[in-house]
Amino acid sequence: MKVTKTTLLASAVAAVAGGAMAEEMTIVSWGGAYSKSQLKAYHEPYSEKTGVTILNDDSSAEAVAKLRAMNEAGNITWDVVDVVAADAIRLCDEGLAMEIDPEVHLAAAPDGTSAADDFGDMLVSECYIPTIVYSTTFGYRTDLVGDTPPTSVCAVFDTDAYPGKRALEKRPINNMEWALICDGVPKDQVYDVLETSEGQDQALAKLATIKDDVIWWSSGSDTPQLLADGEIVMGSTYNGRLFSLIEEQNQPVGMLWDAQVFDLDGFIIPAGLSEERQQRALDYIFFASDTQRLADQAKWISYGPARSSSAPLVSQHAELGIDMAPHMPTDPENAKNTFLYNFEFWADYRDDIDAKFQAWLAQ
Amino acid sequence: MLVAPLLLFVLFSFIVPIASMLFRSVENGIVQDTLPLTVEALQNWDETTGELPDEAVYDAFVRDMIVAIDNKTHTRLGSRLNYEETGMSSMFRRSGRKLGKMDPETDGPFKDQVIEIHDGWGDPNTWAVIKTHSPAVTNGYFLNAVDMRRTPEGAQSQPEDKQILIKLFGRTLFMSLVITGSCILLAYPVSYLLANLPMRVSNLLMILVLLPFWTSLLVRTSAWKVMLQQQGVINETLVWLGLVADDARLVIINNQIGTIVAMTHILLPFMILPMYSVMQTIPPTYTRAAKSMGATNWTTFWRIYFPQSIPGIGAGSILVFILAIGYYITPEIVGGTKGVFISNRIAYHISSSLNWGLAAALGTILLAVVMLLYWCYDKIVGIDNVKLG
Repeated sequence: MKVTKTTLLASAVAAVAGGAMAEEMTIVSWGGAYSKSQLKAYHEPYSEKTGVTILNDDSSAEAVAKLRAMNEAGNITWDVVDVVAADAIRLCDEGLAMEIDPEVHLAAAPDGTSAADDFGDMLVSECYIPTIVYSTTFGYRTDLVGDTPPTSVCAVFDTDAYPGKRALEKRPINNMEWALICDGVPKDQVYDVLETSEGQDQALAKLATIKDDVIWWSSGSDTPQLLADGEIVMGSTYNGRLFSLIEEQNQPVGMLWDAQVFDLDGFIIPAGLSEERQQRALDYIFFASDTQRLADQAKWISYGPARSSSAPLVSQHAELGIDMAPHMPTDPENAKNTFLYNFEFWADYRDDIDAKFQAWLAQ
Repeated sequence: MLVAPLLLFVLFSFIVPIASMLFRSVENGIVQDTLPLTVEALQNWDETTGELPDEAVYDAFVRDMIVAIDNKTHTRLGSRLNYEETGMSSMFRRSGRKLGKMDPETDGPFKDQVIEIHDGWGDPNTWAVIKTHSPAVTNGYFLNAVDMRRTPEGAQSQPEDKQILIKLFGRTLFMSLVITGSCILLAYPVSYLLANLPMRVSNLLMILVLLPFWTSLLVRTSAWKVMLQQQGVINETLVWLGLVADDARLVIINNQIGTIVAMTHILLPFMILPMYSVMQTIPPTYTRAAKSMGATNWTTFWRIYFPQSIPGIGAGSILVFILAIGYYITPEIVGGTKGVFISNRIAYHISSSLNWGLAAALGTILLAVVMLLYWCYDKIVGIDNVKLG
């Protein structure tokens, strides 16, 4: 009994001391399985190490608009925000995210490789600390495709061989690229073609051949749901969603890794934080983006770490006990034919092509 | 004095935000604030000649940009101008680093150096865009909102393949009317029943009407997805009954039908409640009197009962129509491509493209349309005829 009392007292003192330093930070992310993977790999070890309490906010989908509103109101309540690369670029351009120097703010790899080299091409914006590589790719119903499961992304456009509905995202990004690739444009010329008005029309014309067979999705959970219901024969979505559909829910669904489009997800720190909060956010980022932490996240979700030094450390799924490496979009077997998403192109052309795309959809 | 707290609350939570939204749709200080010297120098340049501006403009531009890069506002201007001319965003971003290193006093002349950094600066159109969009107050967003754009030669319509907003405005109005109409048709018999049943029974039925109110909007919309999709409850039942062939299942979701069905269901209580409370006040003696004087059931209903219930229809219609016109979650989920509303575009510009000026202009037009329709309604039906009870 006496021991318990002492422990209680000690923890009370510790709590008071902790409270006096107001060690609390708000981290914004996407919620669901993704937030859970971050909680396990980053938040819990960080809280244990430093005593900082981390509050989760699942607002990443509206992060760009909310950060701008906070910035205009002069009251920023978020400390670290998880966003996709395109949003990070936009936030950086708008002056809403703080610039990061990888040499100063990020940990070097265990073998001494500098952070800038370890992340390499993944550092697509000066404000961005990417943590995972995810891909947008196709899943198909194994029981609806007959004896010849699709092996190429162009199966999406082949309604004779694979009749039935397909799901595509209700935005031009990725769809335009796939359409051009399947219309015979070489992969390395896709963005040169897409820059021109004729190229955009060409992509839309190709999409028009399957327009009546497409269900357009806007939320990442749509395609897995439609696949599970047998509503569609194939559909695009994030590879982690398909992993959970296939491995965790045992649905008759196969993955078509062909022409998967890599994209990034990671952290930004809002511009205009107080010195103290900024230091804390930077300290968290330094911890959460190191080699081991990025590899740890892959135990919980099938997204590849953004550092090259993390890849060999990827181990087994924490609950299912299966090897995660073969489920990574970056695994050599899966990455035989990948497509590099051009961030700068879309930062420029997103609004223009989106207007065209939406007008085309509404026809 | 006693209303002062409420007045202040309404002022700060309602009137001020709306006013600031209206203002945002014409506000365009960013070009002048970021490039003050350049805008001034461009006044002396005639964009119609098709020639590049002279050294004075480039000199002013370098001076402006050095300040802007210091404050990190140049990329923000780039995104603003990218709404008008695709490619401006990366031009400002890419040029930033090199321009920031220049010294305005010693490094001139700048014209060739700036064009060397990015050939976009050697395109007269770039400067024409900056000049066209330099005024601090602009009609550009409103023009964009009606599928037009501001050009050096004045307002022009957008290329045909980018025209979508007017179509969406039209569709929003049309579908809101259809939804209001179907709500009236469904709600009238229900309200009549509720108003004429004994209190005990009608209270019970009222709970059934109100039940959807206590369920989340998203849950209700998702439930419609389960009902309407091709492998969904309705299609499965029809196929099972043999009314529909297995390979010709009805397409009743991801199109206008889906939106109309789901929104009619969601908005139905807003129609039933005012109708019900108006019908309750209609004295049953009137209809009895009519019948006792030999009127048929139909005549009694049409000449006596129906006119007295019109205020309820009016109130319900206004409520449902105004709510419908601003809906966006439901059309987004069940509307597919042909069932989306203008508010889906507003949401896109608020949360994805950050083109708040255009979103504000669209919102302002929507507000104006609603007020106009309200005014028409007042002229035709008369707002005094609207009763909630």
